[in-house]
Amino acid sequence: MQLESLYQEIILDHYKHPHGRGLRDAADPADQVGEAHHVNPTCGDEVTVRVASDGETLHDVSYDGMGCSISQASASVLHELLTGRGAAEAFEVHEAFLALMSGRGQVTPDEDVLGDGVAFEGVARYPARVKCALLPWMAFKDAAARAGVGASPTEVKA
Amino acid sequence: MTTIAIPPGMPQYDEVPRYDVAAVRADFPILDREINGHPLVYLDSANTSHKPRQVLDVLAEHYARHNANVSRSVHTLGTEATEAYEGARAKIAAFINAPSVDEVVFTKNSTEAINIVAYAFSNASLRPDADPRFRLGPGDEIVISEMEHHSNIVPWQLLAERTGATLRWFPVTDHGRLDESGLTDLVNERTKIVSLVHMSNILGTVNATSRITARVREVGALLLLDCSQSVPHMPIDVVDLDADFIVFTGHKMCGPTGIGVLWGRTDLLAAMPPVLGGGSMIETVTMGGSTYAAPPARFEAGTPPIAEAVALGAAVDYLTSIGMRAIQWHEKQLTAYALDALGTVPGLRIFGPEVPVGRGGTISFALGDVHPHDVGQVLDSLGVQVRVGHHCARPVCTRFGVPATTRASCYLYTTTEEIDALVAGLERVRKVFR
Repeated sequence: MQLESLYQEIILDHYKHPHGRGLRDAADPADQVGEAHHVNPTCGDEVTVRVASDGETLHDVSYDGMGCSISQASASVLHELLTGRGAAEAFEVHEAFLALMSGRGQVTPDEDVLGDGVAFEGVARYPARVKCALLPWMAFKDAAARAGVGASPTEVKA
Repeated sequence: MTTIAIPPGMPQYDEVPRYDVAAVRADFPILDREINGHPLVYLDSANTSHKPRQVLDVLAEHYARHNANVSRSVHTLGTEATEAYEGARAKIAAFINAPSVDEVVFTKNSTEAINIVAYAFSNASLRPDADPRFRLGPGDEIVISEMEHHSNIVPWQLLAERTGATLRWFPVTDHGRLDESGLTDLVNERTKIVSLVHMSNILGTVNATSRITARVREVGALLLLDCSQSVPHMPIDVVDLDADFIVFTGHKMCGPTGIGVLWGRTDLLAAMPPVLGGGSMIETVTMGGSTYAAPPARFEAGTPPIAEAVALGAAVDYLTSIGMRAIQWHEKQLTAYALDALGTVPGLRIFGPEVPVGRGGTISFALGDVHPHDVGQVLDSLGVQVRVGHHCARPVCTRFGVPATTRASCYLYTTTEEIDALVAGLERVRKVFR
């Protein structure tokens, strides 16, 4: 096994220096805010994702949690990729990330869509770790729905 | 250098039985494997143990030569299968020094064994004529501890919900020992059953049970010991232990999965109502009602895991041929070595006893703030197999303020070289997550 394919520098960097960590109140009081707390019962990883949106644009995707490098780096990447995006576009990215993670290493990610998310390509080859990477993304989906933003049409097969 | 002679009459270290670990390892085909280009270093025997050729051969031989259902056929194969199945029961009874073969009930695993006792309480509580020792209601108390595996927590929580009884527990000290300071209050005249782990699957602590047993007897309660982690690793004598029930599982003691044991005192098993109903557990059946077989059959409804039971008998033969005292001593030495070696790793914190006394060869730890999943992943890349997570003992993690731990556990085939590989692997983890 190539450990480096799992723990890419990008992932370790996001883990050690997370972007946008911490749950935030909506800057615009008119925004609807939704929050979801997800737990991975096998390892005890936890993440809370909060979405603030006017229904069209995701003004903030904030998060807090504790867990392994993969789950925490994934939350950081989620924040970076989706904050400020239009809802439709955000769900395209969401779908692309889910497709990458359920691809068992056979999906080539598009850097234009997934940005730093491409670093998780290696994780998809470790079935035991796919759930770690998906934890914040599944919490995001619920939080977005609670913030009144339409849900992603794709279910992941984990 | 001066050597201190141990005075005659004191235990002599060279009197301790020993065995050739390399020869033992040769019995386990899986130990030849390579993992990610490295020799397998298996430090997860508390999770499940490997199986020697002697057990694998018996399992295959049973299906190849003696396969038939048990306890219901007059034909030759049926007789052979029944003899093998009941022969395994006798081997297991002898292994734990059970006064009677009929005190050994085959189950699927320890979890099922505990559930049988819990549901026997539940069923007895619904019958006014049932043995009062098994009748539970509001005001009655069940006592467990904070260091239990979930399998010795959830069945009692469910039983308390069904009967209105109260669940109480022993706390755990900072050193990972059972806190017995509240014993007389915790175990009192309202207590109906105390169900405790003998050796913790996460902390490695081996609980000294004599004070608790004395108190249980004083108040007239029952005592169940979860011996899932002790029966595989040390000599267990149910007469010495003086419990009312013990449970253990085959796959942690060189046997197959799908087979476990409930041992109970004859009079208690006889007083317990059945739990699962079906074939083999009856005396007679009419459309109006049924009467039930005596134990152990009463608790073995349906076709049992026959080949698994037979192979567990072979596992017991194997362990006996090496000697449980010798295995216990081997693991004691390994534990001392591992605790010392892990103590040299910067930032490593051990959960549970840090001295090789009153503990077994299962060691949980944290490495700085690196998440156990990451520790386990890096170790796996070096062929080192450890368990990471909450080990089905989440209250212990909560007690020590961590979401998960990394756990290394030894068995009769574990070597000091494997401990060295673990320590080297932890250095690699520190480099990756520096």
